[in-house]
Amino acid sequence: MADPVVFAAQPAASGAGISEQRPARWTLMAVAFIFLGVFLFLPLVLVFMEAFKKGVGFYFSALGERDTLSAIRLTLLVAVISVPLNLVFGVAMAWAIAKYEFKGKAFLTTLVDLPFSVSPVISGLVYVLLFGAQSALGPWLKSHGIEILFAVPGIVLATIFVTFPFVARELIPLMEEQGTKDEEAAISLGANGWQTFWYVTLPNVKWGLLYGVLLCNARAMGEFGAVSVVSGHIRGQTNTMPLHVEILYNDYNATGAFAVASLLAGLALVTLALKSLLEMRYGAEIAATRGH
Amino acid sequence: MTAVPARAGWRFRQPSVIPGFGLTLGLSLAYLTLIILIPLSGLAWRSASLGWPQFWTLVTDSRTVNALKISFGTALAAAAVNVVFGTVVAWVLVRYRFPGRRVVDAMVDLPFALPTAVAGIALTTLYAPNGWIGALVGPLGIKVAYTPLGIVVALVFIGLPFVVRTVQPVMEEIDREVEEAAATLGASRFQTITRVLFPGLAPAIVTGFALAFARGVGEYGSVIFIAGNLPNISEIAPLLIIIRLEEYNYPAATAIAAVMLIISFAMLLVINMLQSWSRKRYG
Repeated sequence: MADPVVFAAQPAASGAGISEQRPARWTLMAVAFIFLGVFLFLPLVLVFMEAFKKGVGFYFSALGERDTLSAIRLTLLVAVISVPLNLVFGVAMAWAIAKYEFKGKAFLTTLVDLPFSVSPVISGLVYVLLFGAQSALGPWLKSHGIEILFAVPGIVLATIFVTFPFVARELIPLMEEQGTKDEEAAISLGANGWQTFWYVTLPNVKWGLLYGVLLCNARAMGEFGAVSVVSGHIRGQTNTMPLHVEILYNDYNATGAFAVASLLAGLALVTLALKSLLEMRYGAEIAATRGH
Repeated sequence: MTAVPARAGWRFRQPSVIPGFGLTLGLSLAYLTLIILIPLSGLAWRSASLGWPQFWTLVTDSRTVNALKISFGTALAAAAVNVVFGTVVAWVLVRYRFPGRRVVDAMVDLPFALPTAVAGIALTTLYAPNGWIGALVGPLGIKVAYTPLGIVVALVFIGLPFVVRTVQPVMEEIDREVEEAAATLGASRFQTITRVLFPGLAPAIVTGFALAFARGVGEYGSVIFIAGNLPNISEIAPLLIIIRLEEYNYPAATAIAAVMLIISFAMLLVINMLQSWSRKRYG
């Protein structure tokens, strides 16, 4: 653990009155480490240990099963559709909100955050109420052979709902902070709107944009509650990876469940690593919105 | 754009030379309407069309009331735990230097990044009677998995980053001179922390509490595995919504969802007021 010399090298923290006594310091650190160890570190370690419990061979054969592969494919498909859509509309929304002053702007900004304050289950429920057989739209959809619920479109819609805020709310504070001077200069020098966006605005916000996309993607691939409501849990067809984890686990195939879970945990670790890297290297170019 | 009248009349937007307002606002509104507004107003419409007597009967059903109590109660308990430990973690990360601090700092966001189902099965395996922690606390007579306590554990996991990430930046902003002044004037370290530092941190702590609480109330994925899901004992409200949906009991599902949304928004409103009060009180 921490070396006392490390503290001694920190004059600001060693002043008698403005830092804790050594016993207090050690106690606080011990409390923090034990808490983080039990609540964050142990579960993460356990995922990988359980995944490889029956050996590497079993691990890969569990991942190679037909239903697992189709769950992986579906998860990728959902992310490939929903992340770019949220990217494009998130950028459009950030542009509208950050570059202009108009009535109702605060309300619009609140709306963007709305999905974060709604339970994932309710996010799925609203689409069931909208497209289900009992809804006004239901019979019409059925007679036209359009499947939304218990099919890929429903899963994509629920995922979009849940992940919508990530890009927009990362970009809005960033673009507001950067103001409109650069864009006005570009326009006055004869650039058109698209040129201004591509050559002036986008380079200014690219790291923030990447940050938002990263978080959006992690959530899109990992969403469980909302997708669970609209998916119908048809094996090999409408099961995403998180749903497949649930099915395997409830089938008493814990090792298989943890094998799939280890892929998702790996995704989470990669996301965290890239996120920290972006924060470390481009901290100033990423808006200070942390926490979701 | 040319002849803007001089009088300060009502104007939808301030003039700007930057093009694209119509396009971007139009796209945004269309998207928001399709993805968020229409579905959510569908929920509002469906609960309104239930009529007050039926709505009241549905939400006062004892299983529903118990599920709501469990959801809100466990979320409250977990947020309280997170306020204490999250603040300690934030303090250690901000004030102390130790090897691996950056890694620990990054790890705090794990609950944001880890899919909830993964967290759910991991925590359940950990706290089950034969699990690493379950086997440890079992002999002491403490059962975690498949009890309401298990729900609290899952929600502590989910809510931790909300508290740390809200409190941490405010701690980083604290001016060390204030502490020096307090120390010079004879305050003990304990007094400095409770009388000088804490009031400044209180609004952030309250916000972190609110965010963790709001997230906990709606949480589903990490909870259902560890909860045991016994009706009236460890069945959370989001799960009851799903059960009602599977029974094709749409009115009940809608009513529970509406109550959850109303209570959540009301609590967020109260907490916002509390926050502005504490900001005024402590500056």
